[in-house]
Amino acid sequence: MIYEGKQKIWADYQKEIPDDHYFYVRSCIRQSFFPASEATFLDITRNRLGKDIFETEHHTTCGGIAYHSDTIPQETVMTIIARQFALMAKNGYENYVCSCITSFGLYCETMETWREFPELEAKIRENLWKTCKLDFAKPKFLIHASDLVYKYRNLIAKQAVHKLVNVHTGQPLRVVEHIGCHYSKMFPSKGVGGAEYPYVLVGMIEAWGGEIVDYPERRHCCGFGFRQYFIKGNRGYSISNTHKKFESMEPFHPDFIITNCPGCPYFMDRWQYVIAESTGKTYGKDGHGIPVLTYEEVAGLVMGYDPWDLGLQTHQVGVEPLLDKMGIEYDPEKKYLGKGGKDIGQPEPCICMK
Amino acid sequence: MVDFGFGLVPSSRINLDLFDKQKYEELASVEPDVRKCMSCGSCTAVCTAGNFVTTSLREAIESIHNGQPGKALEMLGSCQLCGKCAMVCPRGINTRHLILSINKIYGKI
Amino acid sequence: MKNNVLIVGGGPAGLEASSQLQRLGYNVILIERSAALGGHLAKWDRLFPSGVSAQDALKTLLGRIEGVKCFTDTEVQSINRLDKSYNVILSNGITVLADAVLMTTGFDLFEASRKEEYGYGIYNQVMTNADLEAYFRNHSDKRIDNPRRIGFVHCVGSRDEKAGCRSCSKVCCATAVKQAIEMKQAFPEADVFCFYMDLRLFGRHYEDMYLKAQKDYGIRFIRGRVAEVAENADGSLQVKAEDTVASKPLKVSLDLLVLMAGMRPSVSGRRVGELLEVPVEEDGYFSVREGIVSGQRSPLPGIFLAGAATGPKTLPDTLADARAAAVLVDDYLSGIFTEAKHYKNLVRELW
Repeated sequence: MIYEGKQKIWADYQKEIPDDHYFYVRSCIRQSFFPASEATFLDITRNRLGKDIFETEHHTTCGGIAYHSDTIPQETVMTIIARQFALMAKNGYENYVCSCITSFGLYCETMETWREFPELEAKIRENLWKTCKLDFAKPKFLIHASDLVYKYRNLIAKQAVHKLVNVHTGQPLRVVEHIGCHYSKMFPSKGVGGAEYPYVLVGMIEAWGGEIVDYPERRHCCGFGFRQYFIKGNRGYSISNTHKKFESMEPFHPDFIITNCPGCPYFMDRWQYVIAESTGKTYGKDGHGIPVLTYEEVAGLVMGYDPWDLGLQTHQVGVEPLLDKMGIEYDPEKKYLGKGGKDIGQPEPCICMK
Repeated sequence: MVDFGFGLVPSSRINLDLFDKQKYEELASVEPDVRKCMSCGSCTAVCTAGNFVTTSLREAIESIHNGQPGKALEMLGSCQLCGKCAMVCPRGINTRHLILSINKIYGKI
Repeated sequence: MKNNVLIVGGGPAGLEASSQLQRLGYNVILIERSAALGGHLAKWDRLFPSGVSAQDALKTLLGRIEGVKCFTDTEVQSINRLDKSYNVILSNGITVLADAVLMTTGFDLFEASRKEEYGYGIYNQVMTNADLEAYFRNHSDKRIDNPRRIGFVHCVGSRDEKAGCRSCSKVCCATAVKQAIEMKQAFPEADVFCFYMDLRLFGRHYEDMYLKAQKDYGIRFIRGRVAEVAENADGSLQVKAEDTVASKPLKVSLDLLVLMAGMRPSVSGRRVGELLEVPVEEDGYFSVREGIVSGQRSPLPGIFLAGAATGPKTLPDTLADARAAAVLVDDYLSGIFTEAKHYKNLVRELW
């Protein structure tokens, strides 16, 4: 691997990310999959870094899941999106940051479609007024929340309590990065670092002391694929994709996986469990899995948040080996205690995966 | 083990790393012209058996190259050795000898 | 009075046209941007289809240009069109009053790193056709260490609209077959794969070369464009393509991948073209005058084009093009400079 070659490509794909003042929209599913990620993003950006990130309870889904499952007309989705953008403008913002990759991809696709077909944009403008009495607006800057954490990576590094370094060996942790398909595959220029060698998560890992490992199937989809998972008959195909990725990364012995999409960490985490329990195969050391984290969770660990406050107990693959490597102290007794010490219940123990 | 009602599905991808070079060299030593096929499909187009059941010398050669000799044998199972393919092969491959050689060498599993 | 002919570009086309025009009695000024004459030919080892030495071919071309005024390390700085001729100021300070200008500006090799999915400049074991020729000449390249599995990717920067190169580069199929055979000669134990979309082996003896590659060297031709390259843990490459004959995706582990970088319009040639205001077509190469019979004339009077300046060409095509251009230059100058015609008749009678 020639690092300088990658740097050249990274230099070709830089996007402008404003420093401050954002309208933030959440993902539909992340709050149940990775319950503290979005809260951690807001806490870090607002309270630790002092940025202005605005959120309104009036925003809705972007319609992406329905769109990618072929259950909603495109014009309807576009009107939903136009409403989100209108809420941004109504609240005095022009920078739009979203938590979800599906949304990000759909926003990019919609903006591009409007650019190419102005008559469609005019129609959506009319739809928006008829349905919501809102004025049409488009963001000046459309970015994904991982772009923003990438932008702040060095500020976060300055406040780091832990580094992505194995405290026992002093070696950088070996990290696999997985980018959501819709982050830059459709529009490589909209992603930091492009689509072939995306830099958005690599930049974070490097700034926080870790080492990126490239493996052959790094561009492969996590296996979610919307319809491929939603229909039970297709799940064998979904898990086979995930399996292919893990088989490919196994020889590289990654310490953990960092992701920037709602679906990817979920499937890479949960399917490891299903692979283990149905075939006996595990990919970490000594029967453990490979922990899969969101970038907010990684930032939180680096900044010294308590792992259980970051919701790491909701992961299927145990994160304890990673916490031990990073030298993060945690109380095993408190793993399944929620806010105010409330018992949130424990999962059944796994047969094959530790 | 847990049965989730779904599981891993086998890959349909060709893996050239599985190509059996030794066996192929054995074939090429008795019928060197196997290397000359350029996948034109003339043999398959005129195949007597191929009109009724899946039979294709072109595909059989391709399958051997792609490390799937089982598929090659399947492709040739209905061959009647009529020799029409030999008549049309633009590169003059002795197709009948090739088919017999493939069966002889890859058939002994 | 001898007419001045300025030839821009000292590759095979420029050299061959120089020698022909010199023999026809013109005062030839050949300028070359780089330090040495020969263009891409100077960097090549052997030539398809017969495998003759590129250096010998170049020596022959160089041996014919006696009397031609050659300026290397020289570029065109500015050009003014006068009544019948062009006033050209060169970067070495010399001014040439050229009665005709022949653009033999050639091509650039496609920058293989632009096809990001192939990882040239990123994965250690990926090289280009030009890198491999350099290896054949100096027998040293850290990427080549007794490779057991070698792949050749045709059409890198050719037939690729997205990369801005829609056309076929004409020489890559034959070059790939030639290089595949040479690698098999160097490493007889290696398995060699050529990934092609269509094999365009149009020239005389090219098909023989292809047959030889299959029959005598056991080179495997796979119809399908390589779409993804990645590095395995052991440093080898994982290469993905579709075998479009089998209609199945395919993967293979390789120790070496050679990208057949195609031809692109020469960037420095385009710069000179802009000074002269020679029009270019959509593909980036210079336009010739309208009509299939206008040959090597540009749309502008007194400006001629030969070789890859008007699109990808093989070496024999380029040389033939250069000779044809020389005839047309002579035709043109004889027509408009009558004294010159007289002068040349005299020379011919004496010769």
